[in-house]
Amino acid sequence: MSPRQKRLLMVAALITALVVATALVLNAFRSNLVFFFTPTQVANGEAPQGKSFRIGGLVVPGSLQRETDGLKMQFAVTDQAKTVQVHFQGILPDLFKEGAGVVAQGMMQADGRFLAKEVLAKHDENYMPPEAAEALKKAGHPVGTPEQFQKAPTKP
Amino acid sequence: MTSELGHLALALAMLCGICLAIFPSLGVWRRDARLMSMASPAAYWQLLLVLLAFICLVESFISHDFSNQLVANHSNRDLPFWYRVAASWGSHEGSMLLWILMLAAWTAALAALSGNLPQAMRARVLAVLGAVSIGFYLFALITSNPFDRVVPAPINGRDLNPLLQDPGMVFHPPLLYMGYVGFAVAFAFAIAGLIEGRFDSAWARWVRPWTNVAWAFLSLGICLGSFWAYYELGWGGWWFWDPVENASFMPWLTGTALIHSLAVTEKRGNFRSWTVLLAIMSFSLSLLGTFLVRSGVLTSVHAFATDPTRGVFILIFLCVVIGGSLSLYAARAHKVHASQAYSAMSRESMLLANNIVMVVAMLAVLLGTLYPLILDSLDMGKISVGPPYFDAVFLPLMLPALFLMAVGPLARWRDAPVLPLVQRMRWAFAASLVIGLLLPLTADSSYKPMTALGLVMALWVAGGVGLATLENMKSPSGGIDVSRLALQPGSWWGMQLAHLGVAAFVLGVTLVNSFEIEIEKKLSPGDVLTIDDRLSLRYAETSSRQGPNYEAIQVRFELLRDNQVIGELRPEKRRYKASSMVMTEAGIRRSLLGDLYISLGEAVDGGWVTRVQKKPAVNWIWMGVLMMGLGGFWAAADARYRKKRVPSSNTTAMDVSSRSGEVSG
Repeated sequence: MSPRQKRLLMVAALITALVVATALVLNAFRSNLVFFFTPTQVANGEAPQGKSFRIGGLVVPGSLQRETDGLKMQFAVTDQAKTVQVHFQGILPDLFKEGAGVVAQGMMQADGRFLAKEVLAKHDENYMPPEAAEALKKAGHPVGTPEQFQKAPTKP
Repeated sequence: MTSELGHLALALAMLCGICLAIFPSLGVWRRDARLMSMASPAAYWQLLLVLLAFICLVESFISHDFSNQLVANHSNRDLPFWYRVAASWGSHEGSMLLWILMLAAWTAALAALSGNLPQAMRARVLAVLGAVSIGFYLFALITSNPFDRVVPAPINGRDLNPLLQDPGMVFHPPLLYMGYVGFAVAFAFAIAGLIEGRFDSAWARWVRPWTNVAWAFLSLGICLGSFWAYYELGWGGWWFWDPVENASFMPWLTGTALIHSLAVTEKRGNFRSWTVLLAIMSFSLSLLGTFLVRSGVLTSVHAFATDPTRGVFILIFLCVVIGGSLSLYAARAHKVHASQAYSAMSRESMLLANNIVMVVAMLAVLLGTLYPLILDSLDMGKISVGPPYFDAVFLPLMLPALFLMAVGPLARWRDAPVLPLVQRMRWAFAASLVIGLLLPLTADSSYKPMTALGLVMALWVAGGVGLATLENMKSPSGGIDVSRLALQPGSWWGMQLAHLGVAAFVLGVTLVNSFEIEIEKKLSPGDVLTIDDRLSLRYAETSSRQGPNYEAIQVRFELLRDNQVIGELRPEKRRYKASSMVMTEAGIRRSLLGDLYISLGEAVDGGWVTRVQKKPAVNWIWMGVLMMGLGGFWAAADARYRKKRVPSSNTTAMDVSSRSGEVSG
């Protein structure tokens, strides 16, 4: 091969690699986006079936019920307008509290329950998960001041 | 008084920074040696003053001066001494001051250790660092003053977030910032090089040790952060692809590309544009990381909108830095370019592939981190990009990098024909393939292809390191002579150690992902939980104890192997008094073979919901990164960087490369 051909070959290899990488990245990106829905949107049927998404809002006080094994549980999440029943199996984060903000990620079941795979409430007690705050605001019940939202600890 | 003194010292330090930016530059312009030599004293005075300011802040925390706003918000009378010290950088303002301190320290170190640089180059580099520091002084003094008073002073402070009350907080931020800020030095060299139009191998030799040290600090900082998150957050994970983690990982990726690209620039004079752009990128990403973590946009873009001064300031700063340096690059690109021919199979081409992979990986992380923020700020809905995306992108990207990592150091510069390479490496290749593919068969669980792939890659990288060591022991007569290894320079040893670290890292990740066991169950006193066929766990007793600023419930578990007690674990549930925040403290039994990790969930009628995890080889992950970091320091300590050189030498890449056949990058 002449140096010119070699160079051409290298450029071609480079471009192929970049195209493959881009395709890979964009494909992974598209199939792994997790969208957020408020309880009102879920109640209106806007949330997708058979695809994982996040909901957020306040945990309805007194709604947490555990089964005897201590692992399976359900609680209600509300944006003060509509309420969604969330089922979860596992250990709740330390900051999970009734009446406090929460975000759960999971899937809608055929019977209208939301089965959470993950429950997020991992910041300090003043902190409202931004999605939960957003859900309340959209439903017309904003909680707390913007300053409060900034109180999230600086995770190092 | 302390706060006012600190404030004054910081303002005076900014004056030093301004002097440092202006006078040496003027000196270069007017060829005035006296003006240029002002750089050193300005750098030293700057460090002294910033240090004074920093000590003032730490002293305010130690002495419970709650009239200082920061102390009132982030400390408490019950907070133990070392956490009060660490609380100094536990807030936005304090961490900015730490950043400034690190920058002043790097600048002073450069002033002290750059005696072998030509005077003009030295003056320019220091002036660029001075200019960068002005940006940070303005930021601190205008938008984030750590010395603000609060009137009337509260009787007690609000306490440091319990998550941060950990030895990790004492060491992790300083290490990380040493790394972030260290890239400012590489950046300053790149800018000075652009202005002067000089990127020969002497230039690369000046930059390399500084960049290696910065990269090594960043590696150690990330490593410690991951280790800390592992034991503190109670989930047992070691990397979450959290935006804050990504913010530190992006400069690490481009920094990794930079230290490799610099090797080519030094040995062969190639990749100059790559090197300059990677230096600019690494520093810009460090700034972007600061912006992401410190402006509040991660919490909520709307929070950012209500108090935009900080974020807008960093954004403008970022634009000035990136825009300015790229325009300079565009104007000077013709001076940067110089190329030695190399073939498609050569060490250069493999290092080029490394550069590309690292930059593409960085862009993928950037996309996943920024996209949700952009979408949210445009009010187009809230989304999140989870770990599955990053995993899916990272694995295939890293495979070619790992493959080439073993080949590259064995390949010749300029032209490395395939056949001899294959011949040299065939045994290492065959061995890693056979062992890697067969080893998972010995495990009890079903055969997982990913396990085999990970093992093959780890063995292959380690095999490459072994082979390089072996070949360097061969004497010309053909025998093996271990003493010949002493001929290898520090940079070679550093590279070997770092690459071996990558192998250890890959091994750790593979084993822990393939064979970890997680059990969640309610356990009551006396219960025995079977973990695997030999290990089991007995709930022995519950007790309570008082910490310095918290009360804790502790559960003692006995670990049994074949029904013999071999140890105990004591996970805790803590309630911090000042904030009444509840925290889980995991009980961990560590060993080189793997950890046993217990964390407590909720107390349910007489027992605890407990998460028990067996994490095989998990410590290899951090050991591997530790080896990478130490490798970076070792490489930077190479004797050839310390040689005094004639300042205006015409050393070109060629006369170095002619003898660089056996010397590695």
